[in-house]
Amino acid sequence: MKPRAQAAIAVGALAVGLLALTRSSSNPPSGTGGAPGRTARRDRFGRYRVVGKTVTIAKPSRTELFAFWRDFTNLPRFMENLNAVKPVGNGRFEWEIVAPGEGSVTVVTEIASERQGELIAWRSVEGSTIDTEGRVAFRDAPGDRGTQVELVVAYSPPAGTLGVAIAKLLQREPEMQARRDLRRFKALMETGEIPTSNNQLDREKN
Amino acid sequence: MRALTYHGKKDVRVDTHPDPEIVNPRDAIIRVTSTAICGSDLHLYDGVIPGVLSGDILGHEFMGEVVETGSGSTLKKGQRVVVPFTIACGTCFFCDKHQYSACDNSNPVDKREISETLYGQPMSGLFGYSHMTGGYPGGQAEYVRVPYSDVGPIVIENDDLEDEQVLFLSDILPTGWMAAENAQIEPGDTVAVWGAGPVGLFAAQSAKLMNAARVIVIDHYPHRLELAAGLGCETINFHDVDVREALNEMTGGIGPDAVIDAVGMEAHGFAVDNMLDIAKQTVGMGADRASALKQALLAVRKGGRVSIPGVYGGMTDKFPLGALMEKGLKIGTGQTHVQKYTKKLLAMIEEGKIDTTFLISHRLPLEQAADGYANFRNKQNDWTKVVLKPGT
Repeated sequence: MKPRAQAAIAVGALAVGLLALTRSSSNPPSGTGGAPGRTARRDRFGRYRVVGKTVTIAKPSRTELFAFWRDFTNLPRFMENLNAVKPVGNGRFEWEIVAPGEGSVTVVTEIASERQGELIAWRSVEGSTIDTEGRVAFRDAPGDRGTQVELVVAYSPPAGTLGVAIAKLLQREPEMQARRDLRRFKALMETGEIPTSNNQLDREKN
Repeated sequence: MRALTYHGKKDVRVDTHPDPEIVNPRDAIIRVTSTAICGSDLHLYDGVIPGVLSGDILGHEFMGEVVETGSGSTLKKGQRVVVPFTIACGTCFFCDKHQYSACDNSNPVDKREISETLYGQPMSGLFGYSHMTGGYPGGQAEYVRVPYSDVGPIVIENDDLEDEQVLFLSDILPTGWMAAENAQIEPGDTVAVWGAGPVGLFAAQSAKLMNAARVIVIDHYPHRLELAAGLGCETINFHDVDVREALNEMTGGIGPDAVIDAVGMEAHGFAVDNMLDIAKQTVGMGADRASALKQALLAVRKGGRVSIPGVYGGMTDKFPLGALMEKGLKIGTGQTHVQKYTKKLLAMIEEGKIDTTFLISHRLPLEQAADGYANFRNKQNDWTKVVLKPGT
């Protein structure tokens, strides 16, 4: 597999990525009405593929959820294929991502935009091996049901359709990863832990 | 530890597994003192529930002694607890509404997607009941890891209560109670219950406690019908009479006010469509046999209530949708919100209002669990409920 393909597979794992703010909004799909553009049957935006998912989190408060996510070093706690995130200065973070069969790859991201308590958007810096954007939005859920958290990831698919197929085979398919990471975030926030049916500790991870 | 293990259709064995450990902060480890085989375990045994894998530990009715606790558990070592079969976090939107069997967190993210595909929404985690409900190792074992142990297990402080008096708080007693609650029983009602198995019998008992005037239980095993009669119920043996005609006559042409299907997806019966369903299940086309439910929908009075505690897993053919709509029926169903009922039912047991021991027919060491499964399935007249004792 080419390095670029590995890297892009890992992007999904990373479940970062934003998009939506930029490219898609300038060229939205038609006919989705009130539904998010990414739910359109056409899911390609130029050379980008977009995945996204929304969950409702009952507790803690929107402010606390935002603060937990904004500290990017927390992300490996619920993003399965992320080994570590560390600040590297100038508001940038280095993400160490599990690459199937290759140990790990790193990508440096910067904050693209931020609204306190509402939105965090990030993107890979110019010249990165991984080309991705992501954003997470926090909104009050109607009826006092807590917070709706929406994660949207945009990435440039590795080697086109074939790359996605390979990624899927490896269970690193970005949509699945984003969905599962977001649900682990919900579980961790609501219950203080991430559910597992394993009867033994995962000694590699711990 | 030793545990009853699934190897394939009608092939379960007691094998040795690693002892469970505390994995998450809210976990506790329970040393099982009593565990039962549930009628719904037979659906797993018969291979009609998807997502059961060779090596899985079965069992979801169990109780025992707390032997280890995580930092977030509220249990203490040495406490005696009964554990609900539904695993519930206690903090999500659904748990907050006491819909514990709809818990949004307990089914691990990689497992819940099976049921999400099948049902549109993911199911909660259950002990020992396929990977569709989380793949949690079950309770027919010497030890069980219990997640969210600060929410689920109920502590039994009264040492005068025998295991067998409280064991069924884990599933079938609350399931029977919720089935009766879902039937929205009003004083004076006639309630018909399909299936004189443990859940049907507990549903009948609960309906009585909710002041139903008459409870009619339908089955074909004479001994099970005797148990129903012992609870003060009237009985119908569907081998001997036409059930719908009998119910109509017994209710003066009105029909029962509420019906409870405590049979589920492997119903016996004579109807032609049931034969077709059996044929399809046999060749792996997997349609649920729903003959009890279909009969109940036709038997119930207009504007009546339909309660479905019996387990269904997939699709069914030739469903009498017209009867449901034209008669204006109300339906209540679902896996039991066990945690909602345990305290109340424990109090009723202590007050002597509910006896759960009458249906236990056999007590076996865990090592003989495979025999227990075979006999519970094949000799249903006499084998009404099997309690397994690990460590004996």
